[in-house]
Formats: sequence, C-alpha cells, structure tokens
Amino acid sequence: MARIDLDLAHAYRPDPKEDADYALLPLKMSFEDGGAYALLGPSGCGKTTMLNIVSGLLRPSHGTVRFDGRDVTALTPQQRNIAQVFQFPVIYDTMTVAENLAFPLRNRGVPADRIKARVGRIAEMLELNGQLNQRAAGLSADAKQKISLGRGLVREDVSAVLFDEPLTVIDPHLKWQLRRKLKQIHQELKLTLVYVTHDQVEALTFADRIVVMTRGRAVQVGTAGELFERPSHRFVGHFIGSPGMNFLPAALEEGGGLSVAGQPVAGAVDAVTGAALSRAEPFALGIRPEYVELEEIGDGSAHARPGTITGTVAQVQDIGTYWLVTAQAGPHTLKARLSAHARPPAPGASIALRVLNPHTCFYGADEQLIAAATVAAAQEGLA
Amino acid sequence: MELSLRGVSHKVGAQQHLYPMDLRLAPNAVTVLLGATQAGKTTLMRLMAGLDRPSEGTITVDGTDVTGWPVRKRDVAMVYQQFINYPSMTVRDNIASPLRLRPSTAGTRPAPRGGMAVLGGGPADGQILRPSTAGTRPAPRGGMAVLGGGPADGQLLHPSRGQLDRDAIRRRVDELATKLHIEMHLDKLPAQLSGGQQQRVALARALAKQAPLMLLDEPLVNLDYKLREELREELGQLFATGESTVVYATTEPAEALQLGGYTAVMDAGELLQYGPTAEVFHRPASLRVARAFSDPPMNLVIAQGLGDRLQLRPGVELALPGQGGVTVGVRANALRVTGQPGDLAIKGEVELAEISGSDTFVHARTEIGELVAQLTGVHDFELGAPLTLYLNAAHVHVFDAAGLLTRAPERQGAR
Repeated sequence: MARIDLDLAHAYRPDPKEDADYALLPLKMSFEDGGAYALLGPSGCGKTTMLNIVSGLLRPSHGTVRFDGRDVTALTPQQRNIAQVFQFPVIYDTMTVAENLAFPLRNRGVPADRIKARVGRIAEMLELNGQLNQRAAGLSADAKQKISLGRGLVREDVSAVLFDEPLTVIDPHLKWQLRRKLKQIHQELKLTLVYVTHDQVEALTFADRIVVMTRGRAVQVGTAGELFERPSHRFVGHFIGSPGMNFLPAALEEGGGLSVAGQPVAGAVDAVTGAALSRAEPFALGIRPEYVELEEIGDGSAHARPGTITGTVAQVQDIGTYWLVTAQAGPHTLKARLSAHARPPAPGASIALRVLNPHTCFYGADEQLIAAATVAAAQEGLA
Repeated sequence: MELSLRGVSHKVGAQQHLYPMDLRLAPNAVTVLLGATQAGKTTLMRLMAGLDRPSEGTITVDGTDVTGWPVRKRDVAMVYQQFINYPSMTVRDNIASPLRLRPSTAGTRPAPRGGMAVLGGGPADGQILRPSTAGTRPAPRGGMAVLGGGPADGQLLHPSRGQLDRDAIRRRVDELATKLHIEMHLDKLPAQLSGGQQQRVALARALAKQAPLMLLDEPLVNLDYKLREELREELGQLFATGESTVVYATTEPAEALQLGGYTAVMDAGELLQYGPTAEVFHRPASLRVARAFSDPPMNLVIAQGLGDRLQLRPGVELALPGQGGVTVGVRANALRVTGQPGDLAIKGEVELAEISGSDTFVHARTEIGELVAQLTGVHDFELGAPLTLYLNAAHVHVFDAAGLLTRAPERQGAR
C-alpha cells in the first residue's frame, strides 16, 4: 500500500500556452494510503488521463508521480506494483474461477498454501466461493466481472488498485450489491483504491473522498457530504444533485445588507461573511433546491420576510417522490424541491423564497466558493 | 393528431411480441412508454410508425384507419438512442434536410398525397446514406431504417414548385437550433460535436419536420446523467407546446416523471396501465405496475389482514383495515429515520447507503425484510449500524391477494 502524490500536468503539445492545450491542468494532489477515492466528471474531463498517469500507462508531460515519496514517474505499472480492473471482464475462460483468482499470485511465486488462503478469502468476500471449481467460460457477465474484481484485489502487496468504470456491465439491479461488496472489502483490506466513473451514485457511494473534475481540472476533493453542503466550485454545485444548485447574482448594499437577484434581502449576513464578500464583488449566491424554503404571500404585498426574495411560481411538477417548483424572480429562475407529503403552491402564486439560511454559499466571478453563510447569519435572518 | 390502437397485437412466428392492447394516445401531448428492456416498447413504436404491420387489430389516425399504410405514407418523425446524423452535412443542413426538396433521394420520397407538394429526405436513411452513429451501440436496434416523408407544412412551401423558401428554412433552423442550444455549432460537422450536441441535432431535425406524430426511442440513454437531466427538461418544455403527439420510450421511471404528460406502463409485451403520469405513479393499478414504475423498487411486504389492522409480522402492525393475505407497498420516500407520533417503528440494520447527490438510499435488513429508504440530501451510515425506520400508515399502498391496488396514499398537493 502506498500514499500517492501527484504534482504534474499533462499537455497535448510540447509548449502548452492556454488551458485548452492541457488534458490535465497543473495540479497537486495526494491519495492517502488506504483511502478509497473516486474520480468523477463528465466525459472529456480528464479523469481517465489522471488514472492512466497514476497507473503508469501514461507518462505526464510535466511533473512527477510519487509513491510513498519515491519518484515513480518513469516506471511501468508492473514496476509500480499496480493492480487494475477495467470496464469489461479480463479473465481466462479456460481456467476455473479459483485459477483465475490465483493467477496474479502464482505469477509472483507466492507459496501454494498462501495462495489458497487468499483466494478463499477473496472468493468469500465476493460470494464466488460456490463457483471456485467452475470454468469461467460458462459464467454470466456479472460473475465474470466479479472475477476481474477479485483478481484486482487478490494481491496484498500492491501499491494501489485502480478501477475504470468496473460496474458498467453489471445488471442495474445487482449494482448496489456489488457497490456494497466493494465498500466492505475496502473496509476490511484497507487497500488504496482509485475508482473512475461518470456515475455520481457510484462515486458518492463507494468513495471516502471524491475528486470532481471538469475540463482538465480537479475542482474539489471531498466527502459526499462536503460536495453537497459546501461545493467549493460552482461546477460541483451544478454537477452534484438533481437538479443542481441554484445561482443568483448578489451584491452588498451600502449599509452592509445583501441584495439577491436585484432585491434587498432583510436580515444581514454576519461580519465575517460580509467582509469576505465585500472583497469579491461581483458574486453569486448559491442554494440547493432542497434548501430553498417557500411561503405563499397571497396578494404579494406582504412585507419582506427575513432571508427571502419574492417571486412567482412558474411551474409545479409532481416528480413522484418530491414536488419540483420552478419559480421566477425577475429574469432569474430558481428551483425548489419540496417533500412529496408537502402541499405545493399553485402555478402563478406569489411566493417568498428563503435563499439565505445555513446552507447558502457564495461564489466569486472565478466560480470559486468565497464564503458560506454561517449558522449565526441564518439565525439572524430567521429572527 | 389522435392515434388509436384497437386490439393491436404483434406476433413473429409463434412468438407473441405484443399481446392485444387498446390504447388511445392523448392528442398533442407526450406519452411515455415505460418498461424494462424487452417489454415491447420498440415493437409498439414500429407499429405506430408503420414500419411493421400489426398481426391483429386496427390503428387509426384522426379516425382514419391507417393499419396497412406503409411508413412512407405516414407523417412521422423519429429519434433513436444512437445519434444519427448525415456525417458529411453541416449541422444547419442536417436540421434543414426534412425541409428541403431532395430529388436525389427518390427512393425514400413519399408518394404525393392530397395534392400536397412532395418533400423527400427524411431523417438519416440507414441504407442509403450510412448515418454516422456515435455512442456505443453498433447499429440501430430492431433495424429501424428509413423514414421518408417530410412535413406537410403548407406555410413553408412554395405551392407551385414544392420548394421551400430559403429564408423560411433559415429562420426555422435558427429557431430550432436556439431552442436546443446548438446555434453556435450550425456550421460544424456532426463529428466535431460531443455526443450530447449530436443528439440535439438529431432532435432538432425531428422537430423541423413538424410531423404530427413524433416517436423517440430512448433518445437520451447514451448520454451522461447531467446532460440527460438538462435535455429532459428542455424536451418536456418542447413537448408541452402541444404541436405534436409525442411517444417517448424509456426504461427509467425518473424520466417519465420528469417529462410528465401521460404514461403507458408495459411489461413482457403487455400494456398494463395508461393515464396521466403522476396518477399512474401514485395509483399503480397492480403490483406489476408498481414494480415497473418505481426506482428504487417499491418495498413490498406480505401482510395478514386482521380486520382493523394489517400485521406485517407479529407485533408489527399498521392500523389499516384488511382481511386475509395482502401486500403492503411502501415507496422508499415514505420511510423516515426520525419518527413522528403514530408512526410504526421498524428495527433493522444498515446494509449500504447509496448516495445520488440529492438523495441517500439506505438499504436496510429489517424485522420485516429488506427495505430501501429514500432520504433527501447526503447522509452517512456505517455498514451494519443499527437503524430504526419509521412509517406512517397513511403513506402505504395495499394490494389484494390478486395483486390489485385496494388502497393508495392520499395526495397532499394533488389538484
């Protein structure tokens, strides 16, 4: 097992000049020993490039890869001692399940009794122990991919195990069980795992920490909770969650008050947040649809409620397990998700939308998180 | 337009692909065909398009029996899973193709009809033009091939010569491209675009036809989930304009719910239920519909009706009337991790918390069996940790011994 440190960039051309010349923009990142990481992003974001650089299939154009402090930039995957699992099963059809699992160990001259013990343990974890003596050829795609996973996990001495969308071929109904298996196995074996996927459920479920990538840049490394509650970049707010985070233009008023979507918001932000925002204009307020609170205000003339802006209901959709309300505040659209057991407002109704609460985040012109509303700010707003 | 199917079935050899069904599609609205792979969705669409002939039954369009009519006599636009565009034409020409007279494609040209001028050049003709297919699927599924037949749009036609006014074409293409956010790519070739953009081109071309019937067969399946989400929303808005009768096949319940409109639930070649989408979701007529129209699957628990209460197991009871063997259906979002007065408490332990971003799906092994609970937001659960789930009797579905719905939760916001 190893700690992996990246300090590198990968360019398409020898003398990169602009961002578009890079598959991976200059980055510094560490994968802790024994951690489970997911690289998540849309196609073309650079996640597979990063995986291939970690494995040694691709040499970065700039910088270094270190395993436990040792520079391995020029080493092959074998020399780095990397195990890999790919999208599609890579197994020997003519061998039995047990022989397939034992293969990486036998290749390295591990004693027979240790092979037997380790294969038995991995097979049990993946629930392959009933099929150990069966030939791989006759098995289902699911079972074959489990063998691939097992082969990736069977060696105890690997630096890291890398997965490239390994559950693509798995029947959707069985996926959650395999996700569970992988999580259990990680907790038991404490291997360093790096997992590439474009499927947010897979990434958020499997990994302790998720690296969110877009356009060659890793924009946030965090737990699922952190990505949801405190996206450090607008892309993360947009990409994680369905629908993604709402963004509204915001500004500080003369007296330190806040205006959002051109409307003054009663209840000020706290001093710390305010100070951060005052240095960063122009900025945007971000709030997730799950955290926007709604209140009907009848004729629309009601006095301003703390932390709210006013708008009208443009659309109400019954999404089955929740209500999705689309509201219009001047030219700006925002969405609110209400419990299926709540009573939604009617289309056309005037509503107050609470956009300032403990879940509110603020973003600068560079799309980075500037500040998050503190609990104090929200309480003030609610008072 | 109003499309009706009466007693329609489809058999290939001894194999029954579709069992006899009656279906009258809501005119000028979207109908989602929802079902797993092999449910018969594509087969049904091929009958609607006129690509295949039903073994029995009749198909009518606005009251006219069109059962035996070939596809070139119908006025249909289609969009497939894979992104089919003319590879050598610019995006602009791709979108404009159904609007232009294309004598070179005589083979696909529809026969003149009712004195209307003829418009050839339908969407990608598999045999003649070799569509560029991006994505992972190798070939159009089910061999859906050629659809000739352009739109019969009187306004855009030059009545005397059957040609379109150039400016009118340009305006129409610009308008559609803007709607689908590809206006900046009009001069590019399809291969220069991402998968999502290529599918937008195919969608724009289908919309350009202004066909009274538009069929879409899992059009978003090969796209990233965030793109799917965006396109679904845009499509929902486009379909809501009521210009066409739209049929949209999908395997995903979430897609049906997001598109709204009407849903026809299919399973193993049978049409199980048809109605407004939310209504079908909240009042599934049978266990089969409930299973097909839920993701995560509806939790189903066998229970015993004891007159004034339903026993899920001794000591675990819901205060609902019932007699004999029934099935209690609990949607994942009806289960909570914090109780309210009157709730039933169900004890268990966490198997896995799956996190989608906006939701956490907690799989639990409980005293009444395996359950999945849907919680809003991101929540952390240790594997194997003890967990109590809470359920209000008002939020459950009940199905009788025959699997038919006898009770559904009351809708708070239903209008």
